[in-house]
Amino acid sequence: MAAKNGDEKRIRRDGAGGDEDEEEEEENEEVMMEAWERAYADERSWESLQEDESGLLRPLDTASILHAHYRRRLLRRASAPASSRIQKGLIRYLYLVIDLSRAASETDYRPSRMAVVLKGAETFIREFFDQNPLSHIGLVIIKDGVAQRLTDLGGTPDSQIKALMAKRECSGDASLQNALELVCDYLGQVPSYGHREVLILYSSLNTCDPRDIMETIEKCKKDKIRCSVVGLSAEIYICKYICEETGGSYTVALDESHFKELLLEHAPPPAAIAEYAAANLIKMGFPQRGADGVIAICSCHKEAKVGGGYTCPRCKARVCELPTECRLCGLTLVSSPHLARSYHHLFPVTPFNEVTSMPLNKTLRKTPQACFGCQQSLGNQGSNSVLYVSCGKCNQLFCLDCDIYIHESLHNCPGCESQRESRSYDAKA
Amino acid sequence: MASSAPPPKLYTDDVSLIVIILDTNPFFWGTLSNTSASNFSFSKFLNHMIPFVNSLLLLNQLNHVVLIAAGVTSCGYIYDSATAVASDGGQKVPAVCSEILSRLEEFVAKDQKLGNGDLRTVGGVMSSLFSGALSLALCYIQRVFRSGMQHPQPRILCLQGSPDGPEQYVAVMNAIFSAQRSMVPIDSCVVGMQHSAFLQQASYITGGVYLKPQQLDGLFEYFTAVFATDLQSRSFLQLPRPVGVDFRASCFCHKKTIDMGYVCSVCLSIFCKPHKKCSTCGSDFSHSQNEQLDRKRKLSEV
Repeated sequence: MAAKNGDEKRIRRDGAGGDEDEEEEEENEEVMMEAWERAYADERSWESLQEDESGLLRPLDTASILHAHYRRRLLRRASAPASSRIQKGLIRYLYLVIDLSRAASETDYRPSRMAVVLKGAETFIREFFDQNPLSHIGLVIIKDGVAQRLTDLGGTPDSQIKALMAKRECSGDASLQNALELVCDYLGQVPSYGHREVLILYSSLNTCDPRDIMETIEKCKKDKIRCSVVGLSAEIYICKYICEETGGSYTVALDESHFKELLLEHAPPPAAIAEYAAANLIKMGFPQRGADGVIAICSCHKEAKVGGGYTCPRCKARVCELPTECRLCGLTLVSSPHLARSYHHLFPVTPFNEVTSMPLNKTLRKTPQACFGCQQSLGNQGSNSVLYVSCGKCNQLFCLDCDIYIHESLHNCPGCESQRESRSYDAKA
Repeated sequence: MASSAPPPKLYTDDVSLIVIILDTNPFFWGTLSNTSASNFSFSKFLNHMIPFVNSLLLLNQLNHVVLIAAGVTSCGYIYDSATAVASDGGQKVPAVCSEILSRLEEFVAKDQKLGNGDLRTVGGVMSSLFSGALSLALCYIQRVFRSGMQHPQPRILCLQGSPDGPEQYVAVMNAIFSAQRSMVPIDSCVVGMQHSAFLQQASYITGGVYLKPQQLDGLFEYFTAVFATDLQSRSFLQLPRPVGVDFRASCFCHKKTIDMGYVCSVCLSIFCKPHKKCSTCGSDFSHSQNEQLDRKRKLSEV
C-alpha cells in the first residue's frame, strides 16, 4: 500500500477498493458505476438493507462507508513521511481555474457539469479558508478560448463566492495555455515564502491553444507553480503531463460525490517542497479588537463604523476584518487564532490502532467497555470487522465514530489530553 | 441504549444538552478557600452548582445535563442525566445530588492518586486539564448529533478556576475550532482570581457568554440568570457582552505577549525578534532579504 504513489489518486482508490475483498459485490459495482446508472442504483434501495440480531432493518453500507473513510485517512497519513517535523505549505496562494467552455454545459453530471463545478467550488473555497486561514485564493474562468481573471487573490471567502456565482454561463472552447499564462503572470508577484498553486477544474476533453503549451508548462515549472487538475470527463494526457511536471496531482471524477471528494482533497495544505518556497520570517501584527460602541473610520471601506474593527499596531489604522494587510503600512494583520487554526496540520494526531474483537474480550464483558470519548458502549455492533480503535499513546479505546471525529475535526486525542505525563506539546510549545 | 427509550422524544428548539466542565483542581480550591475574604470553598461551590444542575433538569423535561470533571492529572465523566434516568426510573433531586457527590469524590480520589509524587514539586497553582475535558465534551456532543435527526441543542459550560496551562494552548484552540465548526457555543464562568484568556477566546469564537462573577456568594444567581437559558431564548436577553478579547499572541521564545512579531512562513511559529533559524521546524532564514525585495515590488505596484 505504501508503494502506491500519492499523485495517482485514481489508481489508489481502485486499489483501496480491491483490498477490501471481503466487501460485498454490489459495493464494488457502485464504485464503478457511471453517473447515469446511479439513478437506477438509487432505486434499488432494498438491497442496501440488512437485518440485525433483533430483527431491525439497518442500512448495510454505514459500516463500509466508515471503513472507507478510515482507510483513506490511513493511506493519506501513511503516504506522508512519519516525521514530526514535516513541513507543510501553510501560506498558499492559489488560483482556482474553472473551465466554463461548451463542455461544461454537458448534463452527464446532474443538473449540469457547470452547476456541479460551481457548487463544488463554493464548498471548496469555504473549506480552503477554514483550513488555511492565512492563504489567498483567486478565480480565473476559461471560456470562448480565452482566460479571464474573475477576482484578484484575496483572503475572504464571501467576495470570491459572490463573484463566482455571478458568472453562470458557459460557451466556446477551453484553452489551458491561456489560463496558465494568465495565472503565471499574476502568481509572479506573490511573496517568495508563499506556495504558488493552480487548481484547474477541467470539463473539456481538448485544449485550444494559440502557441506551444509545452513552453508554458516549462515556465510554470520555472516559476515553481504547482498545478493540479480535477477532470470531469476523461483522463487527458496533457493534464497529466502538466501535473507530473509541476508536482501537482491529477484526478478524474467518476460522479458528483466523487468530484466533491477529489476537490476537497486539495483543501488541506500539501507537503511543502523545500525549493518551491523560501522559508522566511514574516513580520506580522496582532491587532486588538476595538471595544463595542467606539466609532472609527475603517481604512478598507472608508466608512464610519460603530464598534468592532481592529487597530493596526504599527500605524493605528482601523480595519474591519482579519486576516488582511494594512492599507496604510502594508503590515500583515492576523489574530492569534488564525495562526492556531493551522497548528493541527503540523502536530497531527497519530492514527489509532484497530482493535478487532478478540475472544479475550468476552471474558471481560462484565466490565462495561465504553468509548473513552463519548461513553458509548463498545461491542455487539453486529459487524464482523473492526469494532473499535485504541490510541497508541494513551491506550484508551474509542468507537469508530469518535475516531473519525478526532482525526478529521477535533485534532486532539481526548485520552492523551486527559493525562499529565504524555503531553505531546510540551516539547514544542 | 436508544432502543430502551421507545417513545420518540419531541425535541423542540428549547431543549438543551448542557455539558458542564467542572474544575476540580485541589490546588486552586485550596488556595481560594484560604485566601479569599468570603472563604469560598469547593463544597460551597457545589452548593451553588448542584442546585443549578437540578434547575436545568427541571426547566425542561427533556433537558440533558452531562458533568465532566477536569482534574490535574485526569478528566472524567461524573454525571449523565440520560443514564441516570435509565437506571433508577425517575430522577429525584436527592438522587441527582448524591450521585454527583459520590462520583466526584471517587474522581478526586483517583485524580489525587494518579498525581501523587511529582506534582508537589511544581510551585504555585497548577492548571487543570481543560483541553482533555473539552475534547471529551465535544466527543459526547458528536454522539448526540449522530443519534438522530432531532437532538437537543448542545452547549458547553466551563466552570474554571485554575489558571490557563500554556502547554494546552494548541489542544484548546483545536477544540475551540471544532466546536465552532459544529456550532456548539462554549459558555464560560471564571471562578478564579484572574481572567482566562483561553476561555475568553473560546466564548468569543464560538458565540458563547463569558462571565467572571464579582461576588462568588451569588454564584447560583449568576448561573440561573446567565447560563440557564436555552440558545433560542438568548437572543431576547441582555447577556453580558465581551469587554474586549485579547487576540494578541505570545511568542514561542520568551512567552511574552506581543502585538507585532515575526512569524515563520513554514510552521507559523511566532517570535518576538528575528532569528537566523526557526527553533520549531528548523527552517533556515538566511535568504531573508528576499522579503524586502518582495515588499518593495508589491508597494511599487500599488
